[in-house]
Amino acid sequence: MARFDPYENNGGTCVAVAGADYCVVAADTRLSVGYSILSRDHSKIAQLADKCVLASSGFQGDIKALQKALAAKELVYEHNNNKKMSCPAMAQLLSNTLYYKRFFPYYAFNVLAGLDTQGKGCVFTYDAVGSYERTGYSAQGTGSALMMPVLDNQLKSPSPLLLPARDAVTPLSESDAVDLVKDVFASATERDIYTGDRLEIVVINSSGTCRECIELRKD
Amino acid sequence: MTGSMDLPAKGGFNFDLCRRNNMLEKNGLKLPGFLKTGTTIVGLVFQDGVVLGADTRATEGPIVADKNCEKIHFMAPNIYCCGAGTAADTEAVTDMVSSQLQLHRYATGRESRVITALTLLKSHLFRYQGHVSAALVLGGVDCTGPHLHTVYPHGSTDTLPFATMGSGSLAAMSVFESRFKEGLTREEGIELVSDAIRAGIFNDLGSGSNVDVCVITKGKTEYLRNHQLPNPRTYASSKGFSFTKGQTEVLSTKIIPLKQKVEVAEGGDAMEE
Repeated sequence: MARFDPYENNGGTCVAVAGADYCVVAADTRLSVGYSILSRDHSKIAQLADKCVLASSGFQGDIKALQKALAAKELVYEHNNNKKMSCPAMAQLLSNTLYYKRFFPYYAFNVLAGLDTQGKGCVFTYDAVGSYERTGYSAQGTGSALMMPVLDNQLKSPSPLLLPARDAVTPLSESDAVDLVKDVFASATERDIYTGDRLEIVVINSSGTCRECIELRKD
Repeated sequence: MTGSMDLPAKGGFNFDLCRRNNMLEKNGLKLPGFLKTGTTIVGLVFQDGVVLGADTRATEGPIVADKNCEKIHFMAPNIYCCGAGTAADTEAVTDMVSSQLQLHRYATGRESRVITALTLLKSHLFRYQGHVSAALVLGGVDCTGPHLHTVYPHGSTDTLPFATMGSGSLAAMSVFESRFKEGLTREEGIELVSDAIRAGIFNDLGSGSNVDVCVITKGKTEYLRNHQLPNPRTYASSKGFSFTKGQTEVLSTKIIPLKQKVEVAEGGDAMEE
């Protein structure tokens, strides 16, 4: 007797890169199930706070629920503390929210990114149950294994595996980082069937948040 | 004559290691995957012959292994076969039947017939009880006219005016069912086949890249490799990339000299020719 499977993988890839005074977050917009495409225009990026953005890939049902839960908790924080949540604070909140469902997890592979309280770029990368780490860059999702080695090589960030822990932001300029992210997504699209259609790029810097879209292969 | 003589293999698969493999899998060993072709393949009969079409993506699970593989296989100068399923199986079975047809042509002195290829394929696939995972669209024109058949992995066949196979077959069939009619012209046939393959390429994740077409008529076959290329790369960094040593940080280095473990004999005997 086949058991009901509560999870489903809707595919897609998310990437974030932290710079000295900016942060680039990018995700493809394809939503799929099995071998079929459900939508070519589904955003995986959610704005949680002023300078804080969450990009998630995995089961979109759980992701929508997670985004709702975080938005509600952020509002409660604002009411209690009379200020908006900072990115590192949201990072801890996300970790706790995920671990709360340790024995029936959110099937969500998250990358939280934005600017920290000093205005420097920050990227936090998570597993499905809330283990997180601040890094200089991260990729999550079906195409992550295709992208990470290229980012390790081209971003010239100090490796997150080195000890003592070093400040991990990339020395690249904002336009170079965006150019690299576009090319790396185009490459991942060539070889991963779940990544494609359109790429949504969000750049957060001191002057605010700006959004850009470029076309990817649709096959 | 005494002395042991090895009996010739009776043919078919040797299932001796299946029990061992099942035990290993239960103990956690990950078995190597098969290269499947995902695929959209189609064929239709038009007024002068048949048109075959295929996409060009080969997948290994979620990864694209080959972006431009050839799925329309040669069987005879007047017969071609599209293959879906396990890539090794479709290659092997079409190569094998193609050889058999050539020998048959030499023996009979006549052009091969599509039903000959069909019978050879179906008998082989039935004998292997579905273990040879090849789903084929076979088409050609011979002295009895144009023919189009589908062949399933267990050995059943259908004779049809238009056919689609593979993971993208539903997308392609929706195009055929809307627009197919008897007596299409060559241009209409090629356009309909290309549209059906493109439906598979864009709506099925197992199919992608380019459209291959093959037009077979009495006395002439045209293999239009990469007839359409609707998926160019969307973005390439104008700066280019360099991957020099040192760009990926080396965390630690350990060098073990092997010289002391291997004995190198100076001036040994020269190898025999």
